[in-house]
Amino acid sequence: MSDTVGIVIVSHSKDIAKGTADMVRQMVGSEVKVAFCGGDPDGGLGTNVSFIIDAINNAWSPKGVAILVDLGGAETNSEMAVEMLESDRRNMVVVCNAPIVEGAVMAATEAAGGSSLDEVRAVAEELSAS
Amino acid sequence: MLETRKANGEVITGSVKLIHAAGMHARPAVKLTKLAKRFQAQISVRTSATAEWINAKSVSKIMTLRAARDSVIEFEASGEDAEAAVAALVELVAADFPDSDP
Repeated sequence: MSDTVGIVIVSHSKDIAKGTADMVRQMVGSEVKVAFCGGDPDGGLGTNVSFIIDAINNAWSPKGVAILVDLGGAETNSEMAVEMLESDRRNMVVVCNAPIVEGAVMAATEAAGGSSLDEVRAVAEELSAS
Repeated sequence: MLETRKANGEVITGSVKLIHAAGMHARPAVKLTKLAKRFQAQISVRTSATAEWINAKSVSKIMTLRAARDSVIEFEASGEDAEAAVAALVELVAADFPDSDP
């Protein structure tokens, strides 16, 4: 199969990030690359820009990467991580405005069909449109 | 239980009884959507209890289908591969959504 958009999950909790990634892999399958990160470097709750950058690079696909986040800092740190990427990758990464678990499963389902980054984002964001 | 017929020339329809123990929940919804996306045809789905047709390629809409066990799922497709699409989707539901990771 051709390339599919990669999915990155960023939560304040490593357990939530990992659990969400597990759900995506089990429900959608292994054709979509999924990376996750959560927690601060000391093992507490939080998000960390360099962890997010690593996750984006791990899930990298020529079609781009969609990021799903939970609360506040996860979003601002993800945006910061995107700005710190190499310039050719920066425009191929979006932070989705969607609930983290549902958004990740739906984004990955859409990505599995070979959809573009814009289509994947739109499907994830359908959840917060109404 | 399995019925595929050609109606009105271009539109292919099919219906199948949902035997999944928990009805149409998240995992079957993902499988159905993924399968539908493999076809070029326009595919709609509904349960026999509801009048509204929904896009079988929209995972968020399929998740809200909330079909219960023993309800009948109806498909309607048009386009070049519509017949194959309806046959495959009916088979997926009839076989109770088997795991088929590539």
